[in-house]
Amino acid sequence: MALLEASGIGKNFGNTHVLKDISLTLEKGEALAIIGSSGSGKTTLLRCLNFLETPDTGVIRVGGETLWDASDPATQKESEVRRKRLHFGLVFQNFNLFPQYTALGNVMLAGELLAKERPDYKANRKAIHAQLEQQARELLAQMGLSDRANHYPHQLSGGQQQRVAIARALALEPDILCFDEPTSALDPELTGEVLRVLRDLAAHKTTMIIVTHEMTFARDVADRIMFMDGGVVVEEGPAKELIDHPKEERTKQFLSHYSA
Amino acid sequence: MGEAAVIWGRLTSAFLLNCELFGLTLLFALPLGLVVAFGSMSRFAPLRGVVKTFVWVIRGTPLMLQIIVIFLGPGLLGFKTPWPSNSSGRMMAAVVAFVINYACYFSEIYRGGIEAIPKGQTEAGQVLGMTKTQIFFKVTLLQVIKRILPPMGNEIITLVKDTSLANVISNKEIIMMAKEYSAKGLIWPLFSTAIFFLIFVGALTLLFGWAEKKMDYFR
Repeated sequence: MALLEASGIGKNFGNTHVLKDISLTLEKGEALAIIGSSGSGKTTLLRCLNFLETPDTGVIRVGGETLWDASDPATQKESEVRRKRLHFGLVFQNFNLFPQYTALGNVMLAGELLAKERPDYKANRKAIHAQLEQQARELLAQMGLSDRANHYPHQLSGGQQQRVAIARALALEPDILCFDEPTSALDPELTGEVLRVLRDLAAHKTTMIIVTHEMTFARDVADRIMFMDGGVVVEEGPAKELIDHPKEERTKQFLSHYSA
Repeated sequence: MGEAAVIWGRLTSAFLLNCELFGLTLLFALPLGLVVAFGSMSRFAPLRGVVKTFVWVIRGTPLMLQIIVIFLGPGLLGFKTPWPSNSSGRMMAAVVAFVINYACYFSEIYRGGIEAIPKGQTEAGQVLGMTKTQIFFKVTLLQVIKRILPPMGNEIITLVKDTSLANVISNKEIIMMAKEYSAKGLIWPLFSTAIFFLIFVGALTLLFGWAEKKMDYFR
């Protein structure tokens, strides 16, 4: 059984149909890249999976559990949506780090707030905190940012900020980590360091969905690629095959802009 | 010589009334302003409409007029006046007028501060599994405070000097006290009231400068 099964996802903003009957599956350890021009619905799809938008139609299942069923209000309770979100992590295009916390603080904050809900929190406060800090430091080290743990976001470059944001998302150990154009807000010379981290995550079999405009990266790193246009999935297949031998005319047309 | 000392003493004790009005206004208007701000940002359109209209009326009319209306209005409309007929009654009316007026001004500062926080901050908190309350207190609040400090400082400094308006309903604050002397031909006490305001505002300026510096560690 696939880790993620989404089917029939539809989303309208007023009279604009942003997503039309999108279905996708993702196996554990798989990296899926979503490509397509702006306005094709890629970002909205990620936001639906993270419940930042509520799908108007469709079902989202993770590990067999129905997280969202647009036709079943029982799955849409506000209080439970918060817990369901934790199946997914999301790295934003413009990082959205919390400016008043250090890199370490950004990575630790959500974990600490969740730990407070544990019944044994009061008794083991110090041990829990130490454990969270150790985990956060390890993640920052994995991102190559050990020496930046006590820096505030404004003291970091865009590439460093994005790597902190990735560590922050990883800290909650989501089942599926989503990236929304993680390098689009970066200077060309800074995209490399973020893409390196993504390659590393893919090599370690992190389950990921990456919305990206970096075609070479998608071809080399993703297992599968989904090409979206006008709110529908036009073509989907193994990464290299889709980039090198697209079947659909619309896909060929889109990829021709990148062939340089 | 002896008379000058007496005059300084009386000016100082009159200024305490200004200080009291200042303190009470802040005490009630700061939290009330937040309530008004949430009202003006409500997703419930009728509530938002009522609150915005109220803020428009309060910001659109002179504070001096509001003080008079609050003090005399109930009686003129045929109700039993809620204010005791002594000096503390006049002070209460002034405090109520000031609190309402400043809560409306503060609410607009709060609203501006809250709306200036990028939506991505809330969304980042949401995807990390935080509750709305946690997002407000752990993510948004400090950023809002940092942003509203300069306009708040400005407004609070205005409040110091506005406290003199309380004399329109015969609250014996420092300007009114000094005018008693100028009516008798002694002008220096009126001019020297400036010193009191300058010292108070000077201290506030230093305080806000310090607070803004404290917030300098992030952007």
